[in-house]
Amino acid sequence: MALSRDQIARRIAQELKDGYYVNLGIGIPTLVANHIPHYIEVLFQSENGLLGMGPFPTETELDPDLINAGKQTVTAVQGACYFSSAESFAMIRGGHVDLTVLGAFEVDETGNIASWMIPGKLVKGMGGAMDLVASAENIIVAMAHANKAGESKILKRCTLPLTGVNCVKKVVTDLAALELINGRFHLLERAPGVSVEEIVRLTEAELVVEGQIPEMAL
Amino acid sequence: MAISNFTAGPRKGFHKIVSSYAEALEGFTSGMTVMIGGFGLCGIPEGLIRSVYEMDVNGLTCISNNAGVDGFGLGLWLEKRQIKTMIASYVGENALFEQLFISGEMEVILTPQGTLAEKIRAGGAGIPAFYTPTGYGTIVAEGKETREFNGRMYVLEPALKADFSLIRAYKADTMGNLIYRKTAMNFNPMMAAAGQITVAEVEEIVPAGTLDPEFIHTPGIYVDRVIQGKFEKRVEQRTISPG
Repeated sequence: MALSRDQIARRIAQELKDGYYVNLGIGIPTLVANHIPHYIEVLFQSENGLLGMGPFPTETELDPDLINAGKQTVTAVQGACYFSSAESFAMIRGGHVDLTVLGAFEVDETGNIASWMIPGKLVKGMGGAMDLVASAENIIVAMAHANKAGESKILKRCTLPLTGVNCVKKVVTDLAALELINGRFHLLERAPGVSVEEIVRLTEAELVVEGQIPEMAL
Repeated sequence: MAISNFTAGPRKGFHKIVSSYAEALEGFTSGMTVMIGGFGLCGIPEGLIRSVYEMDVNGLTCISNNAGVDGFGLGLWLEKRQIKTMIASYVGENALFEQLFISGEMEVILTPQGTLAEKIRAGGAGIPAFYTPTGYGTIVAEGKETREFNGRMYVLEPALKADFSLIRAYKADTMGNLIYRKTAMNFNPMMAAAGQITVAEVEEIVPAGTLDPEFIHTPGIYVDRVIQGKFEKRVEQRTISPG
């Protein structure tokens, strides 16, 4: 059965390591913060100038001067710090963030990602997404495997305007966990109850399937 | 991009405080390039924005990360059609902006947020252009020089400067040294440096010597005028945890 948004986030949270500095994009990636294993510590970087983003505030904690990159009110954890946008993107562009999680419309087998624009329909702007994918060594993409019409979003070549080129390695969809190795997507895990056959059918790019593909442990 | 030769006028030594919005915006005219601080509605110079809205100016080139919301922030300048060109990284919160952009009524130059921040920082720092990996291979790089360094491709981006920078800070001393509060800092420090004339709208003004020199966010050298404002501090997305 296809994963819910929360389950995709839970699977991605398994990639977190103790001591990681992490940037979470808007959408499904923000849910990753709800699934941090209790035995590790991570710190969330928010591109608008906060290191150490905490959960949403209570009514009394609410501070209009304290928001995240999605313009939501948040809190700051103990040991947090604030800095300018230039400093924030120096941190990001300089490769200091250990893991970036972001959503996408499409990814392709050359590692390209399209996540910010649908010509004529969605032209809100790219925000920090292009900077995040251009500099991050460790990116995980959270996305739907196919659209409602059954058209694959895991493509040979992206059709939508790109956010970045040659930058995607790991992808977690509602059906599968994939890794891009040497120009081909490898199927690592299946969502519980989802067959390899269904995943292959909904993947336009070539998919390498080696041996028994385990189910995700969620 | 033309930078006006307008000067700030006679100064009173290092006393930067002005007592009216008219004084704060003296010399602000149609056709100017203006930077406006803030991320979303957080850290925006609300009173300066409203004052420009009430002025008879238009044809502005605006540089700001976002475009306000309908009826507040830069949304006001938009409603009055005061903006000719917008340079921003995300205009999605403002339905009117998106509409004017798609219809072609207003020129919008969508710029990646990190590139925008660095263009402004460079503008204030005397760096005419810089290379960044951001946007290589995307429409952002179209028409721009690219170059390889150590096996990776980079895009050449020119710096940005403004005739006026309208910024928001938490506290200013009378010499224009500024400190910011939490995530209301965002683009304000870089814009302070990149504006020919920088006007800081602040919550509190203190005597010079009150702020600890070790903890000044923006040195007063970048700031020309300081005005005390009152702020609504509207919240765009009020996300609450039950606690």
